[in-house]
Amino acid sequence: MVQAAGIPVHDTSLASVGGGLGSFTLLDVLRIRGVARSSIRVLSSSDTPWQTWEYLTGVSQLPPQERIRSDAGARPDNIWGFPSYAMHEAWADKSPKLAYQVLVEPVFTDFFSPRAATVFATLEREARRIGYWDMLLKGQVRMVRRRVGGGYFTILTPPPGVTKSKRVAIRSQYVHLAAGYPGLKFLDDLQAFRETYNDYHHVVNAYEPHEHVYEILKSRQGVVMVRGAGIVASRILQRLMDDRERHRLHTQIVHVFRTYVTGPHGPSVWMRRDGGDGWAYQAFTFPKSAFGGQLKAQFRNADPAGRAELSKIVGGTTTPKLRRWQEQMRAGRQGNWYHPIQAVVDKVEPAGDGRGLISHVSGQDGRRGQYVSDFIIDCTGLEADMSEHRVLADLLQYGGARRNHAGRLAVGRNFEVIGAESGAGMLYASGAATGGNHFPAVDSFLGMQTAALDIADDLARRGFCTSLGPLRSVRQWLKWAAGRPV
Amino acid sequence: MIPTLGGRLQTRIFLLATVGVILTGLIVPVLPGTSGSLSQTYKTAYLILLAVAVVGLGWELIYHLLMQFRWDKDWPTLLGLVTILPEGLLIWLLLDAGLIPGVDGHVDASTFVTMFVVVWLGQWLFANGPMRVLFIQWRLRGGRIL
Ligand SMILES: Cc1cc2nc3c(=O)[nH]c(=O)nc-3n(C[C@H](O)[C@H](O)[C@H](O)COP(=O)(O)OP(=O)(O)OC[C@H]3O[C@@H](n4cnc5c(N)ncnc54)[C@H](O)[C@@H]3O)c2cc1C
Repeated sequence: MVQAAGIPVHDTSLASVGGGLGSFTLLDVLRIRGVARSSIRVLSSSDTPWQTWEYLTGVSQLPPQERIRSDAGARPDNIWGFPSYAMHEAWADKSPKLAYQVLVEPVFTDFFSPRAATVFATLEREARRIGYWDMLLKGQVRMVRRRVGGGYFTILTPPPGVTKSKRVAIRSQYVHLAAGYPGLKFLDDLQAFRETYNDYHHVVNAYEPHEHVYEILKSRQGVVMVRGAGIVASRILQRLMDDRERHRLHTQIVHVFRTYVTGPHGPSVWMRRDGGDGWAYQAFTFPKSAFGGQLKAQFRNADPAGRAELSKIVGGTTTPKLRRWQEQMRAGRQGNWYHPIQAVVDKVEPAGDGRGLISHVSGQDGRRGQYVSDFIIDCTGLEADMSEHRVLADLLQYGGARRNHAGRLAVGRNFEVIGAESGAGMLYASGAATGGNHFPAVDSFLGMQTAALDIADDLARRGFCTSLGPLRSVRQWLKWAAGRPV
Repeated sequence: MIPTLGGRLQTRIFLLATVGVILTGLIVPVLPGTSGSLSQTYKTAYLILLAVAVVGLGWELIYHLLMQFRWDKDWPTLLGLVTILPEGLLIWLLLDAGLIPGVDGHVDASTFVTMFVVVWLGQWLFANGPMRVLFIQWRLRGGRIL
């Protein structure tokens, strides 16, 4: 049917849709497990696996030299996590301080986290080593459909002028889906404001380019309202406070917490998270053991209701309690230019005569109030629903995939998309779309590696790649260390 | 590290049975303060190692309990190192009181301390690096090997 429609067909064994860190990690594991380049294709609109991540970290005020939010052992370029990024940077910088930090973390110092630049550079080295660009087919993926004879067709629109036809089909026995976030969602009241007043200048999302806000604040004094209580809010605050210090500005910051955390919280002494000054504090996006310890095991063994219960306790918006941020906020409170408040925003409207924006808010205690600001930066970073992504929506509608209780893709223990198998073929997924299943930390470097290793184990049982026992693992690690091709 | 209880116990036994056994084998001939034959010293050293393993399983239960007070349910690298103090002290007291089965006669403090520190450092370093290379899933499964 596909050929009859005049769409040229390319064959490969496994097609990975996305070409971000999720795809990269699976390709890395498969190459290390002996799969030839010719057996894999990665279909992506991005030139490099880190392109989307670089963009999102950049706009959300995490420039390359800043430190990210994962631990020393989470190295997307190195599935063994050894030597850790701390050792890597300590060696590169000739800085024993970093090695000391990872030794005494988190007892005497903050957790070590690598610089974003370190991640980019090491990813590039590993991408070269595994021949990433030989496997890349650029374009926009339209859909993944099951074939009558088993396996899948993935329909791709290459960039204009690259192929004769507008579309090509990739026929493969296995498909891996790692398309990242389905999209960004705005807070309802902010979306309403932007649409009603057609103003995309004063109300911005932290994940879209908004450098103009910082530039304007340099030329005239202003008030910024920051909404949200996660890592991105922390980063935006840091940028505003750094600029204030560096350029001697008088920026006033109103920080709106929907939920204002006043102290440590949780159901029992065994489950108590640190918090205060509005924030819930946590080093990483989940408690550390969710990435591979006790909490991971608990999630794995729980039934769906138990998982939902656990998620309620350990999930939610958090930020790391970094010494530097604590100091900045303390200075802001003392200097009376940083104003944290608890409130729900009911409505935002223009103040009139170009005096900025008015936010109508109500607090938990029922008090109502109004805040005037020049800008609002939305740091709530809500992820859009899966149906916003064309390929995922198509899969739910025609591909047999279904949602789990969290509204994400239901996947099994090997990250196989439940209901989407096709004859001897199989569809796997990793990343944010697979949240709410047996493993909570899917949207992280370690989560991508977990998924990649588990998918590869399943593929090994199906005869697609070799297993990765101690001998092969050591041999491959030596190659990695020497920078030799896999 | 982010161990589960099963992972802790498995890792403890595995490390002592491999790194511990090898390092003990290497260090015994050069241990200070020994008297008696080399084979006698070997026997004593391995019996002590066995005691460290058995008593260590009890320690792991305590560590696991303590870890429950931590939100992250992690076991910081530094703790893996400084627990040498209580563990070493307990074994030394047992040794001194003649309570380690099979070990009779006096063991010099210098002999014990040298052996204990070498084995401890060796297994700590191994757990923080090469172990991850040998067993790719080890760090993602709470330290379980099986
Ligand atoms: C600001 C920020 C900071 C983060 N920091 C950390 C951190 O410190 N540590 C950590 O562990 N995790 C972190 N994460 C989480 C996570 O590790 C990254 O977001 C990671 O990039 C997710 O990988 P992914 O493959 O799921 O998605 P992405 O890397 O976004 O890749 C998805 C790719 O799919 C492509 N794509 C989507 N649809 C199509 C289509 N139809 N056709 C073709 N291509 C398509 C996109 O172009 C994109 O390149 C962070 C996330 C963000 C947003």
